[in-house]
Amino acid sequence: MSTPANPSQPDEPLPVTPPAATSIEDAVSREAGPGTASSPGTGEPPSPVPVTIEPALPPAADPAGPLSLEAALRGSVPAPGEHWPTPADGGAPLTPLLTRRWASPRSWSIQTYRQLDGYQALPAALGVAPGRITELIKSSGLRGRGGAGFPTGLKWSFLPPASTKPSYLVINADEGEPGTCKDIPLLMADPHSLIEGCIITSYAIKAPFCAIYVRGEAVHALRRVQNAVNEARAAGFLGQDILGSGYNLEIVVHAGAGAYICGEETALLDSLEGRRGQPRLKPPFPAVAGLYASPTVVNNVETIASVPAIVLGGSDWYRSMGTEKSPGPKIYSLSGHVTNPGQYEAPMGTTLRELLVSAGGMLDGIPLKFFTPGGSSTPIFTPAQLDVPLSFDDVAAAGSMLGTTALMCFNETVSVPWAVWKWLEFYKHESCGKCTPCREGTGWLVQILRRIVSGAGTLEDLDTMADAASNIAGRSFCALGDAAATPILSSFKYFRSEFEDLVTGRTPPVVESRLLVGAH
Amino acid sequence: MSGSNRRIGVPVFLDTDVVFDDLTEARADEIIARYPFSRSALLPLLHLVQSVEGFVSQPGIEFCARKLGLTVAEVSAVATFYTMYKRTPCGEHLVSVCTNALCAGLGGDAIYATLSAHLGVGHEETSGEPGAPGSITLEHAECLAACDHGPVLQVNYEYYDNQTPDGALDLVNALQAGERPHPTRGAELTDFRSVELEIAGIFTDLPSRVDAPTASVPTLRGAVLADRTEQRAPVMPNSVEFPPLPEKK
Repeated sequence: MSTPANPSQPDEPLPVTPPAATSIEDAVSREAGPGTASSPGTGEPPSPVPVTIEPALPPAADPAGPLSLEAALRGSVPAPGEHWPTPADGGAPLTPLLTRRWASPRSWSIQTYRQLDGYQALPAALGVAPGRITELIKSSGLRGRGGAGFPTGLKWSFLPPASTKPSYLVINADEGEPGTCKDIPLLMADPHSLIEGCIITSYAIKAPFCAIYVRGEAVHALRRVQNAVNEARAAGFLGQDILGSGYNLEIVVHAGAGAYICGEETALLDSLEGRRGQPRLKPPFPAVAGLYASPTVVNNVETIASVPAIVLGGSDWYRSMGTEKSPGPKIYSLSGHVTNPGQYEAPMGTTLRELLVSAGGMLDGIPLKFFTPGGSSTPIFTPAQLDVPLSFDDVAAAGSMLGTTALMCFNETVSVPWAVWKWLEFYKHESCGKCTPCREGTGWLVQILRRIVSGAGTLEDLDTMADAASNIAGRSFCALGDAAATPILSSFKYFRSEFEDLVTGRTPPVVESRLLVGAH
Repeated sequence: MSGSNRRIGVPVFLDTDVVFDDLTEARADEIIARYPFSRSALLPLLHLVQSVEGFVSQPGIEFCARKLGLTVAEVSAVATFYTMYKRTPCGEHLVSVCTNALCAGLGGDAIYATLSAHLGVGHEETSGEPGAPGSITLEHAECLAACDHGPVLQVNYEYYDNQTPDGALDLVNALQAGERPHPTRGAELTDFRSVELEIAGIFTDLPSRVDAPTASVPTLRGAVLADRTEQRAPVMPNSVEFPPLPEKK
């Protein structure tokens, strides 16, 4: 570990100080103490519905399993008697729901899933009229976890009631928004929660076919999901006449091929149809003409994985977590200069300050400079927004978007123009080329940013950049163009002086120009 | 190379003598049968031909077009759109280093520079004879969705988390020496072509491949913290009623 900086401690509440006895050295160097990683499980058979949200099964449940929780946690477990941050310390109130099985041995297998409430929601759902499931999801207030936050039940209800074509469910598992790293761990750790959610949702929208579009680079997630589909089929949860209900469903697991734009739902549909992944003109929306021009629901992994729990617990229970307009728990992904980066599941409306306390504070105590609330496509925040409740509406009111709750935290050592340049290289590479503002605009912005970070920029460049970004935002075919303009516009809002200092030479270049040769 | 029958207008390196055998034909048919409409099988089929040749060649494109009743132009348009379809022959291993902002700031740029200097190649270039043992194709990748494990790299799309320049150099040295260090999260390392077959949706050994451990400190951090501090989601009620259907208007 490098020598920690010793920042002054002004009245400002920064940096988020690690709670006592939780330092980075503790976090990364200590071996797990004996007995510290076993859960207080009872070993008793799982109770029938209704269920208590139990923590993970103890590792002893499957001594033959390849996963040793002790080994997995080595380096992160405080010694016996040491302190774990709690809400009393100012930490986040944790409500593991989607993540509650992750620490169990072979959590991805159907055996573990069924021991921990798995496939208990399915028979209940298949016993009611499909429309009542949609009503339940509507009343739960579940909003899409892929970034847009659209009410899930409402989306399902948009399917035309009397279509002559089959309807389809498509799962967007093409996780690629910079900073976002929640769906792939879920697919690896608990794929059956997604599969059960897919079956219930497909039944609710009367779909005979469901496709799970998994990012191609996530090959191990692909294996886990395919294995879960195979296990579910063998158990009678897929195929013909599921559990004697007369309902038939096939699920295909489909790998992408490396294109960020395919996370946009209509580009994903084109890609799934075997075409270039370019977005479609809307309307018609996928609910009317989606996959194969048929009524289609496209939902994110985390959204659909929430469905079985809502069926088991009901809407009032689900609404007991989170805020009125953003109910439920959310997987917050902390990354960057954080002592303990990782996945923290907490109620909607939890703040970054709380999450940072849970995560042991900023790495080496170096203060936070800026962060994204939900990936690089969401306007950046500064420490002034540490106490903004991270819900869809609260973040929007504060001038950004909740996105995917990908909380990338950058400390004071990071140059904002440098980070913006890196992000723009990404958007330029991933622009699909369909519309001119995005295709040309991202290219020009990258050229200007390369000049600026290598010390060859001018003050006029800054105006050109602001002008170009403003002409991409709102004028591109899909949200990728808006997203590309976002880092520029939001960094100018808070950090324009850093760009000015670079072009006037008050600060040295952050990148040697030779390193830009062949960049992307 | 196909000698006198060379395809007009097709670069020499794309024009191979590959013959797709009966097994590959059968696998293609198996993939096509999964979809309501055959064209949906195009992305998997391109992965399939890549698993045979280590890249998507012109004969590979023609194979996909023939299987799906598409034109060569239609398939070429798709093959050239996606990053994962390689248009030059790849090494035994594909090493992808995340150089997006977050990983780059944590050391990803230094890792990429170190590997590039060591291998003497740049982005999407190959050190060694493509496909030969120890040959390595290097690329810098966009966000690999493992930001809490940053800086990350992938070898054949298996995760190697929390990398350093020195650690990554050791890894690549081992790969060049014919060793296959186990990924941090993912199945036992094979090679680029074998993994492409899995991505195509053909799993010849899924029960053992799926078993490799993936639990990591960052993935489990929140779940374990909740467990240690005895925090849980609220208890579910004893019984749940589905709401009635809305009244017909």
